[in-house]
Amino acid sequence: MSVDMNTKKLKKNAFRVSKHRGETASRVRIPGGLINAKSMARITEIAEKYGNGSIFITNRQGIEIPGIAFEDVDAVNKELQLCIDEAGINQEEREKGFPASGTRNVVACPGSRLCPFGCYDTTAFAQKMEDQIFPNNRHFKIAFTGCSNDCAKVRMDDFGIIGMTDPQYDADRCIGCGQCVDYCKIRSVGALKMVGGKVVRDQDLCIGCGVCVAYCPTRAWTRSKEHYFRVVLLGRTGKKNPRLAEDFMKWADEETILKMVKNAYAYVEEYIDPNAYETKEHVGYIVDRTGFDEFYKWIMKDVTPNEKCEVTNRLYWGGKHYDRSNNIKPAGVNDIR
Amino acid sequence: MGYLLNKQAFNEVLEKLGAAYRLYAPVRKVGEGRFTDEDVIRYDFISKLENIELAEKSDYSFKELLTPLSQTLFFFTENQTKEADMDTSDALIFLRSCDLHSVKRLDDIYLNNKFEDHFYKKIRDHVKFVLIGCPHSFDNCFCVDMGSNISEEGYLFSLDVDGDTVKVDLKDESLQSVFESVSHETADVIPEHVTANDVHVTIPDVIPNSIYKHDLWNEYSARCIDCGRCTTVCPTCTCFTMQDTYYTDNGKVGERRRVAGSCMLNGYTTVAGGGQYRRTNGERMRFKVLHKIYDHRRRFGYNMCVGCGRCDDVCPEYISFSNIINKVNKAVSEER
Repeated sequence: MSVDMNTKKLKKNAFRVSKHRGETASRVRIPGGLINAKSMARITEIAEKYGNGSIFITNRQGIEIPGIAFEDVDAVNKELQLCIDEAGINQEEREKGFPASGTRNVVACPGSRLCPFGCYDTTAFAQKMEDQIFPNNRHFKIAFTGCSNDCAKVRMDDFGIIGMTDPQYDADRCIGCGQCVDYCKIRSVGALKMVGGKVVRDQDLCIGCGVCVAYCPTRAWTRSKEHYFRVVLLGRTGKKNPRLAEDFMKWADEETILKMVKNAYAYVEEYIDPNAYETKEHVGYIVDRTGFDEFYKWIMKDVTPNEKCEVTNRLYWGGKHYDRSNNIKPAGVNDIR
Repeated sequence: MGYLLNKQAFNEVLEKLGAAYRLYAPVRKVGEGRFTDEDVIRYDFISKLENIELAEKSDYSFKELLTPLSQTLFFFTENQTKEADMDTSDALIFLRSCDLHSVKRLDDIYLNNKFEDHFYKKIRDHVKFVLIGCPHSFDNCFCVDMGSNISEEGYLFSLDVDGDTVKVDLKDESLQSVFESVSHETADVIPEHVTANDVHVTIPDVIPNSIYKHDLWNEYSARCIDCGRCTTVCPTCTCFTMQDTYYTDNGKVGERRRVAGSCMLNGYTTVAGGGQYRRTNGERMRFKVLHKIYDHRRRFGYNMCVGCGRCDDVCPEYISFSNIINKVNKAVSEER
């Protein structure tokens, strides 16, 4: 019997159509990149029983189990139920696998659960976001990183969330050792200086990374009770115009971000190219078409940012435009002869 | 003389004492730790038993109440000075036995060390102590080997909480009426104290000068990051430095401050011309360790370190002070 497989449905069920005929790979969603050992063991079992014995770690902290025969897709979906339950992933029908694949796995660095510099629980926020937006077939890339180091490379995503803390200074506990000033300069942006034995912070320059807090020996520097975030928008890789995300919000709170991202889905529904290839169009390319003003109007609908939050309504991106030029000037072309 | 009382009765005692004393105790500061959503336990005002963090060791000691981290000593303008006003209210400080032992160190250094320190004395004269019982050892503690696990004097009363019962060993008879007004249950109370630690140290009686050149310090030149956290949390470290600062909108007026210093911080031994007596972190470590377990003893007759283990708790590079003591002991025994 010849193989008859609806690849459109297969892909939406989070299986890859591989180059090997009759073979697929199961794409396991791991929001925030944190998976428990039980689920990992199940993935190993599936790989050994249905796959080719190997497990691929994806760039977005998911897992792909390659070498699965089309006829085993239903069986694999049944086995995946444990992983779906353990990760608390929204599902339409039990034992039918992942209900969508368009909205990509939500990425998070280890954050404050492990990292001394993490400004918030990235995993928890990623899971909260996942719960709000999944399942959805629209192509969204969302990533969370604990601090301005951006280890999660959120500037390559549609929505990048970067943790911030608003450092609190208690001059009475400061001994003027100067370590915060030195480390802010070495490891961050140099927003601190020593004036008359006490520290002065340049509020505008400070990026809220918390390095001062981490190195303070006396707790003169502490973290703000509130967790704040920088939101960067519409970075991307890709063939046409790869670019880094640009800053949209500073000192935003969790609620503002959750609402804003949710709103973006309605914008895409409205403006996605009806003839988009495989109904897939990156948000950023839609915004290139509609202009940022329209996008802003949609994502900020009914959003009242927290008081401290700074928002811009003018955004410009750079990056390479390969649809305009693919030239690299040969060495020496600009030399003065 | 001892009393057993319930928590409410003890809070009534605190309320009465609060009228005469400022009450200071280890307090959990939620979210004020080094890392996100982590707490720090340090000294602050309390008004009731529930404010006191009794379950864990405080990250910072009571020391900063007697020797403030940053203290303005006086103001100056042209040819006049004015001593800064100080809070000289009577204070009661709740502390554990190791810390109570460190009071003796602070007193000897600031009061019995050739001359009296005016500013220290001004605070110290108004301070009395309450002993917090220690039913078990914490991580990194080595109080037993340092002999600071038991305190038999130096406190007004002790505090142990056993379920719903507060056990008090009253030393100061003037407070008898306060306790008797809320409790009629007397008992023989011995403050809970640690009898064994997991960590042990052996301190050599005599440390020969050859230890100064020993290889064991070299390791710390590479490992130690001279952050000074160990000395900041230490209940016996007393070093300070001075800051003269002139106000920016009127350069003729300013203040002199005393701020905590640290032999482990870069610049501590810097002298005019930029010279430094102890340049490497290994040399600084040697100075600190020998001061704690030898040099102080040569002047005052007992070791400075009380074995609270806070330096080990806080070190970001996992340098263990107790381990260094034992390394010194091994090195000394090999020299013989």
